[in-house]
Amino acid sequence: MAEEQKPLSQPVSGPAKAETPPVKPKPAPPPPMNPTLAGKTTSAAAVKKKPVARRKAKVPDDTSPLMGRRGWMGLAWGSFTAATAGCLAATGRFMFPNVLNEPPQEFTIGFPSDYGDGVDERWKDRFGVWIIRTPFDIAHEAPGFYALLVTCTHLGCTPNYLSAEAKFKCPCHGSGFRETGVNFEGPAPRPLERARIVLAEDGQILVDKSRKFQQELGQWIDPEAFLSV
Amino acid sequence: MADSKTIQPEEGALVRAWNWLTDTQVWTSIFRHNAPINDKNRVLVMLSNVFLHLHPVRLKKHGVRLRYTWCMGGLSFFLFLNLTFTGLLLMFYYRPTLEYAYSDIVGLREHVPLGIMREMHRWGAHAMVITVWLHMFRVFMTGSYKPPREFNWNVGVVMLVLTLLLSFTGYLLPWDQLAIWAITVGSNMARAAPFLGYEGPGAQFMAIGDVQLVHAADDARFALLGGTFVGEGALLRFYVLHCVALPLVIGFLMAIHFWRVRKDGGISGPL
Repeated sequence: MAEEQKPLSQPVSGPAKAETPPVKPKPAPPPPMNPTLAGKTTSAAAVKKKPVARRKAKVPDDTSPLMGRRGWMGLAWGSFTAATAGCLAATGRFMFPNVLNEPPQEFTIGFPSDYGDGVDERWKDRFGVWIIRTPFDIAHEAPGFYALLVTCTHLGCTPNYLSAEAKFKCPCHGSGFRETGVNFEGPAPRPLERARIVLAEDGQILVDKSRKFQQELGQWIDPEAFLSV
Repeated sequence: MADSKTIQPEEGALVRAWNWLTDTQVWTSIFRHNAPINDKNRVLVMLSNVFLHLHPVRLKKHGVRLRYTWCMGGLSFFLFLNLTFTGLLLMFYYRPTLEYAYSDIVGLREHVPLGIMREMHRWGAHAMVITVWLHMFRVFMTGSYKPPREFNWNVGVVMLVLTLLLSFTGYLLPWDQLAIWAITVGSNMARAAPFLGYEGPGAQFMAIGDVQLVHAADDARFALLGGTFVGEGALLRFYVLHCVALPLVIGFLMAIHFWRVRKDGGISGPL
């Protein structure tokens, strides 16, 4: 290989030299031929033809003025790798859609006067919250509303509200919660979470599930965890 | 030179790490032979690797000549792989029900980053139909259907039909007006199938006494649509055919096809 590369590089110097003078006084001198290699490769054969002096004649195999064979191969593999990586990245991104067909995290649920005291189950299926109106809240020591998320704090099932026993009972492993959301039986390690509940501008109750309040972290005393009326 | 004793170059940490790695049981169980730097190793690599063994160790020179093969068989296979992959990705979002099918197709353009996945699948499918036809044309024009390749030609004809069926079943899935009426028209052809379609020749003989065995609710068209018109049953049936049944069959035949190409002496030579 090392022997062959010598004559290969020579035609490069030929046209390059010829290009530099703008007037082109003479055709470039024929590159010195290595007689032992003449006719051995296509490039070596081309060395013979070179003196015929077509200036930008067809450049044989490895005599591109830009880069050598190795360079082109590098460029080709580089582009291929980059394109493949780009496709893989785009494919990964495809798995994360821009639009979700899920119920909204933030919603209005009517006016406070629409609710009587006790647990209201009408938004459980649609939005995943219980709305409770209480005459006296344990955290805020005032009458008002709070929104409990219907997700059991044990392993994430949806408890049922048993009005006769005034508790939330999870059918999966038997966790029980008081109407306040505080756990008192079964494996659940902590109380149900409350969602942000405020009055919207039009006077309706607005529930925002993206902001959660956990009793064991002392977050239930947050003013937005409870809507006093 | 008194001090010129031979000193072996000290092995660097990288070299030692490499030597250790390539000696581990894990490495040698994956790479079972040395690098393919000579003929013997090249043969070993090609024969013992499941991905490489499809390709012959040596090719006839004309086999790689673009002007002879047009590369159409390879392109068809490449497009099939492409369609399998993009189709798999589409299945993550598409639901074959009357309620969701069309909106999911729209969502695949609007709700998904780079909403071209469905277009890649669609254009890939068009391209595959074209390349398969051109492949058949090339094989015909070069006489490559002749013995000993007549069996493989027939496998190819079946795969051509399967390609068209894949195209046909996929056409219904967007569930727009074009799809519904195209399949309505297309499946009406099955109604005229001899003996099996209720309007086809010979259907009137498929009877026991006065009881017609082939009628509108149990003929070939009904089997295709899962109903008497293009509805929910047809959508689900075409979906399963398109995504599971037909790709399985064509994949199986492809394995046979490629194996037979090798067994019949590689790509046929110029006449």
